[in-house]
Amino acid sequence: MPELQQQNTTDLIVSMKDVSLSFGGRPILDGININIPRGKVTTIMGPSGTGKTTALRLISGQLMANSGEVVVDGKNIADLKRRDLYSLRKRMGMMFQSGALFTDLTVFENVAFPLREHTDLPEAMIRDIVVMKLQAVGLRGARELMPAELSGGMARRVALARAVALDPMMILYDEPFTGQDPITVGVIMQLIRKLNDSLGLTSVIVSHDVAEVSAISDCAYIISNGKVVESGSPQSLNHSESEWVQQFLNGRPDGPAKFHYPADDYAEDLLSQDVGL
Amino acid sequence: MMNSLLSWLQHVGQRTMKSAVRMGRGHIFLWHTLMAMGALKKEFSSLIKQLYEVGVLSSQLIVVSGLTVGMVLGLQGYNTLVDFGAEDALGQMVALSLVREMGPVITALLFAGRAGSALTAEIGLMKVTEQIPAMEMMAVDPYKKVIAPRFVAGIISMPFLAAMFSAVGVFGGYLVGVGMLGVDDGAFWSQMSSKVDLYADILNGVIKSVIFGIVAVWIAVYEGFNAVPTTAGVSRATTRTVVHTAFAVLGLDFILTALMFGGA
Repeated sequence: MPELQQQNTTDLIVSMKDVSLSFGGRPILDGININIPRGKVTTIMGPSGTGKTTALRLISGQLMANSGEVVVDGKNIADLKRRDLYSLRKRMGMMFQSGALFTDLTVFENVAFPLREHTDLPEAMIRDIVVMKLQAVGLRGARELMPAELSGGMARRVALARAVALDPMMILYDEPFTGQDPITVGVIMQLIRKLNDSLGLTSVIVSHDVAEVSAISDCAYIISNGKVVESGSPQSLNHSESEWVQQFLNGRPDGPAKFHYPADDYAEDLLSQDVGL
Repeated sequence: MMNSLLSWLQHVGQRTMKSAVRMGRGHIFLWHTLMAMGALKKEFSSLIKQLYEVGVLSSQLIVVSGLTVGMVLGLQGYNTLVDFGAEDALGQMVALSLVREMGPVITALLFAGRAGSALTAEIGLMKVTEQIPAMEMMAVDPYKKVIAPRFVAGIISMPFLAAMFSAVGVFGGYLVGVGMLGVDDGAFWSQMSSKVDLYADILNGVIKSVIFGIVAVWIAVYEGFNAVPTTAGVSRATTRTVVHTAFAVLGLDFILTALMFGGA
């Protein structure tokens, strides 16, 4: 059984117990157990469409589980009223896959947005905080640009600066490396690790970029078909006996996860007289 | 025979259930929107911006359409009235047609096409680009930040746009009737001022435009907020906004006209 499951519950910032969720009768998550230790970088890996982002949305309370329990910082998400959920979210940041910047606001205003919404800080202090957050992600000089003028990597860095604007306890990253060039990937990897350690955060990354997340994670979970198939340190995952895990980690095109979508016999299909195209 | 009847009944039942669910969702959405109105003081600058986007930017279309409709009314009205030697009543006919019916109805239909579709597309695209989930993740209520300012801006704009449409339309009728066809200037205005009643006609027209405004902007923001977050989803939501608003406005217009002028 995965070693992370036995962790001391007081060290955990997130605990998902026997969580199941289905959409329209199709199971997305099937009784998963995930524990996220406080202060660490934890990665949830798995192939596309396997329920990773759904797990992230359950942690943030954007979705509610059909069964099981999601506890974040000692609070059961299902028991929270809207006001309490919003109060918990003020202590969480999320970096969306697309950056999700407000397109009608400048970079500066995007980062200032949570500060303006949730604090009564004077304008001079908001300015200083925004400048510091943008300096941390290397985009202080881009503060007057509009989101449409940014590259994909820059947009994600601005989103990261916005996510840490209120000094949260935890940041959730949804596919932070997808579609980025190697330099941007390197920059984002370094930022995730650096911000986690220097600000004393907890980071949860959802990704299928094995090499990148393995390099910066303290622990990792691998999900397949809505179930946790392996967990542990990134190094220990390499020694997994599961053929499926080895196929996923090494990117083999065929194995337990089949290359071909299930279909009738190929020869029979070719010889079939049915031309119902 | 029995099977096809059962399948037809099943189909009707499913459609009815879907419509009922949609109506229910629409009303819950409206309730959340009304509850978010309290935050408008904080969102005052956003309300002003939306008044400009929804109201001011629609005015060009409204003015041009009002002028054209008024001119056509003047032309068609004159051709009918002149047969009875009643062309002096052209001002009254143009004004009553515009103030009671055409002003509120055509403005609402144009509003749905210009501002309603833009609102749906804007909110729908905010979903596609994950701006609304991002707002929720930052503990900011999108009903307060996005929906309420647009909803109120639409309701405020509609009566002004309808009044503008009617006023410009009367001027269009005047240009054609008096300027082109030789209707007496004094008769045009005096017939109009003596027969158009402030309460029975103008106020009822304003009430209609407010109701149409609420319906049009409600449908627009609801469809945007509930759009499937894909390009096709936003496209379908925008189409639904225009079509549903047209049906709702035309249906409501009959009911309101029957209530306001039915026995007159």
